[in-house]
Amino acid sequence: MPFCTEDPNVRNDWLTIGAARALDGHTPKRPWHTRLLDNSLMAWRDTGGKASVQADGVRLPTLERYGYLWVWTGDGPPRPMFELPEFAEPGRRIVDCGGIGVATSGLRVIENFLDMGHFPYIHTGTLGRVPHTEVAPYRTHVDATTGEIWALDCHFFQPQASASAAGGIDAQYRYRVMQPFTAALYKSSPNRPGAQDVIGLFVQPLDDEHVIAHVLLVYYEDQLSDASMIAFQHMIFGQDKPILESQRPRRLPLSGPLEAHMRCDLASTTYRRWLRQRGMRFGVHTEETP
Amino acid sequence: MIRLYDYELSGNCYKLRLLLHWLGLSYERIPVDFHPGREHRSARFLQHINPLGQLPVLADGDFLLRDAQACLVYLASRYDPGQQWYPDDARTRGRITLWLATADDLTRSVAAARQHYSFAMDADIARCDALAHATLRLMDDTLAEQQASTRQWLAGTKLPSIADIACFPYAALASEARIDLRRYPALQRWIHAMRHQSGFIAMPGILDPAL
Repeated sequence: MPFCTEDPNVRNDWLTIGAARALDGHTPKRPWHTRLLDNSLMAWRDTGGKASVQADGVRLPTLERYGYLWVWTGDGPPRPMFELPEFAEPGRRIVDCGGIGVATSGLRVIENFLDMGHFPYIHTGTLGRVPHTEVAPYRTHVDATTGEIWALDCHFFQPQASASAAGGIDAQYRYRVMQPFTAALYKSSPNRPGAQDVIGLFVQPLDDEHVIAHVLLVYYEDQLSDASMIAFQHMIFGQDKPILESQRPRRLPLSGPLEAHMRCDLASTTYRRWLRQRGMRFGVHTEETP
Repeated sequence: MIRLYDYELSGNCYKLRLLLHWLGLSYERIPVDFHPGREHRSARFLQHINPLGQLPVLADGDFLLRDAQACLVYLASRYDPGQQWYPDDARTRGRITLWLATADDLTRSVAAARQHYSFAMDADIARCDALAHATLRLMDDTLAEQQASTRQWLAGTKLPSIADIACFPYAALASEARIDLRRYPALQRWIHAMRHQSGFIAMPGILDPAL
């Protein structure tokens, strides 16, 4: 079965298929199964421990990086993986929060991740609280070397910014979009003043309108259990999920007057323009979308 | 001290949080890494907490109790002297017990399908859908009759009982199992009424009406 899109923005990109530990105990005779771009994938560890991923009987270029498996489905030579140097920084704690299925376009999942405006209404009491609803001005730019989007100087009042936060803070944020389906958030670490914790959002596109959203924490945190840190992230993501699944169209519109934009949506506007300039088609709503 | 072995996105854990909150009981939440860690299937959990590897589990002092419905019965029997939640009446308790069993049908159907779509767990979706619709149809028919009287709640009570709490989470989370509730109007009125009870608390996927 072929992959369901030829869009080079997807095919010529590193796509995640989940946490590397999913392969534990899986061999060529007993492979692990998952899906990507409406195709079935089989994966396992070779006797040497190397991860192998196969689609349609063909091995895909595969990388194990940041605790995750990444595959390249394009014809050309794979380009370098994006950098996440914080992953290897001493003193940081790595916690994989796993993947959660969402019935919408992966582009909407990333766009929602970039949006601070919904915090007081959807994540009431944790990431925001009415009447602290104003998104202060911030700036965005596209890095000329890497092509990544950065949103800088973001800050937002948060009653409980993370599982270990003891009280409300004006949380400092930076957002980063490395690839159309891969983003990261850098936010003030409650446990290490001046430092930033990192949350990676790695979206595995199952098709145009279904994804598995994987969340990775790269934190300064030595008190809480993994289960407590995961519970907090699942609470946040579980609140976003019904909102994401109720949005119509499921695919993200990139042009026309379908959805109006405001100043507070600068990161979203930048993301949509960045996708449009790349000629993104997969996961995008067009007049021809069925 | 009451402790709850809890997972944030579990509707069965949420029903205990809901009753504990309505009873005004303070308790300690012990988060269990249900996904992705499958901590509820770890040797330590199976040996010391619940041999069935299921959540929630309630610990009240040295009394350990598994099974969400059993925990509802225990909490209401022990901590609700006014007997709103588990009235001491033979017919009412008969009907409540019937709906506690129905709650297990919702777990086998709606919750199983929701875990399939959310956590990529194996499930026979056709069987889940069939059982879910049969169960929701039964609830809708019953509620339509009750709502024509002053005894509008599932077990024919004037106020919500643990029958309503037991069946509420996975009925309200049906959309996450890709089940459309539009064909169950009485059930939708009941969900609305539950959410608007004084002191209601939400969970991810079930909105607080105040928002």
